[in-house]
Parts: sequence; C-alpha cells; structure tokens
Amino acid sequence: MKSKVYQAPSHPIGNFKNYVIGYVSSIVITLIAYFSATRHIFTRNTIIYLISALAIIQFIIQIVYFLHLFHENKPRYRLFVFILMLSIVLIIVIGTIWIMNNLNQNTSLANQIKYMNNQGGGF
Amino acid sequence: MATSEHIIEHTSLSTLRSEHSHLTFENVSFGFFVYLMTDLVLFASLFAVYAVLHNNIAAGPSGHQIFNYPLVLTETLLLLTSSFTCGLTILSLNKRHKKQVYINLAITFLLGLGFLTIELSEFRHLVMIGDSWRRSGFLSSFFVLVGTHGLHILIGLSWMVFLAYRMFKTGFSRANIRRFTIFSLFWHFLDIIWIFIFTIVYLMGAVKL
Repeated sequence: MKSKVYQAPSHPIGNFKNYVIGYVSSIVITLIAYFSATRHIFTRNTIIYLISALAIIQFIIQIVYFLHLFHENKPRYRLFVFILMLSIVLIIVIGTIWIMNNLNQNTSLANQIKYMNNQGGGF
Repeated sequence: MATSEHIIEHTSLSTLRSEHSHLTFENVSFGFFVYLMTDLVLFASLFAVYAVLHNNIAAGPSGHQIFNYPLVLTETLLLLTSSFTCGLTILSLNKRHKKQVYINLAITFLLGLGFLTIELSEFRHLVMIGDSWRRSGFLSSFFVLVGTHGLHILIGLSWMVFLAYRMFKTGFSRANIRRFTIFSLFWHFLDIIWIFIFTIVYLMGAVKL
C-alpha cells in the first residue's frame, strides 16, 4: 500500500552538534581565506587556488550541516534537483567565461591587424 | 471476514489521511527547495556577468581600491552567525520552546539587519564619492550582484517579522512549523550565496593587484 501512495521526500532535520560543527568550521575557513587574500603571504596564483578551494569546501560544509542535503531519506529528490541545478550553473558560468574570453581575444586590435595582414591588404 | 476487511479499509483510509496532512508539509518544503535552486541559477547568471565585466573598469576604480575589507569581513561573520542562530531557531522550534524561538529569531533578525546596514552604508559611500553603478561595467555588475543578494536579505528580514507575528498569533501550529522550516532553508541559502560573493568579488579583488 505504501508503494501506491506518492511520498514526497521527508524534510531532513539537523541537531545542535551539526550546527556547531558547520558554524565553527565555516568561521575558521572564512578567516583563513580572508587573511591569506589580504596579507599577500603566498604568490598570487597560490592565493587564487587556495581561496577557490576554501570556498568550495565551505560550500559543501554548509550544504551538509545547514541544509542537511545528504541527511535525506531514500528517494533523494532534493539531491537530484541539486545536482541538476549545479550542472546548469556550471554550464552558464564556465560557458559564459569561455565564450566571452574567446570573443575578447578574437576582436582585439592585435588580432584584427593580424587578420588584415593575412588578407594581404593591411591598412 | 467482513469486519476484518472493514478494519483494513478503515486503517488504510486513516493512514492515507495522516499521510495527506503530512504530505502538505513535505511537498511545500520540497517545492521551496526547488525554488531556491532556480534562485541559484539567477545568481549564477549574475556571477557570470560579473566574471565577464569585472576587468572593464573604464579608467575608474578597481575592486581593491573601493572595498573596505575589515567591514566586508564583519559582514561575512554577521551573516554566518545569523545563519547559525537561524538553525538554533529551528532546534528550539522542534523542542516547542516558545521563548527560545523568539530569542533566537530576534538575534537572527538583528544580525541580518546589521549585515544589511553595513552593506547599504557601503553602497551609499560609493555613490557619494561618485563610484556608482553608472561609473563602469565593473561597478554596474558589482552593484547588481551584491544588490540582488541584499534585496533577498531585506525580504528575509520582513519574513522574520511576519514569522514572529504568526508565532504570537497561533503558536506551534502545523502551518507555523512549516513556515519556520522553509524560512530557515531560505536564510541558509543566502549565506551560501554570500560565500561566493565574498570569495569571488571581494577576495579575488584583493588578490588582483
């Protein structure tokens, strides 16, 4: 009988310990990212990779400990929707940056001069 | 035979009913989660716009020249703490402890209000010194991205006032528990968006010297 009734995904509930873990680790990560970015201890590229990695880690921590996305019961509809939306987000952001960078390069003055020279004309 | 069938029918009906009243909460909570995910796509498009335009400063100021970093860190910690106390509100709601619900909700509200006050005073300062959204492509995309997040915070603040009013009127009714739970999803979501604004807009801006 239970299989015939549509069951929406149950709402996951957290506990005090989870919230404290999420809160304290988020604060630590925020402070590490802030001071490594503003104090210039590392090289520029290292800082960019470091703070990107820290942002993703904090994102996962808050998804797990605040939104309880992985504490869900078996039909994991929330997780499915989340993964679908995450892929849409990545397509939008990465696709936009890729296309617009390409456009910037191909329409730059240096590239246009090169194109004109290849046509045999020049100015 | 007839009585046992009757009992089975009766129990199945009652389970259906109880599941039905249970379902409304689960469906609403799931539906709201789907809304939040579409909101995520809205913010993703604004992040994409910022990523494209953030170098187009049009001889105006770039990020690290106008951002007040200690204030940004304060904002971040305020919002993070309010996200935590919002979780505590839900815990005291589940314990049916009315006084704790009011206290935690009030703390969440004040922290959120502090966040919005700092953000708006920063916006006001930027507009006063002539670095408004009209100055450059970078500033346009910055104001739209951070401003959209601020607008969500403002909606969350008014929502909290409404929640306190409903709690005062009808206490721990089924509808109120649903409202509080959905609101907590919204508030945690805003903190998650802020992680990326903090990292991509403010910290990346500090690095690119």
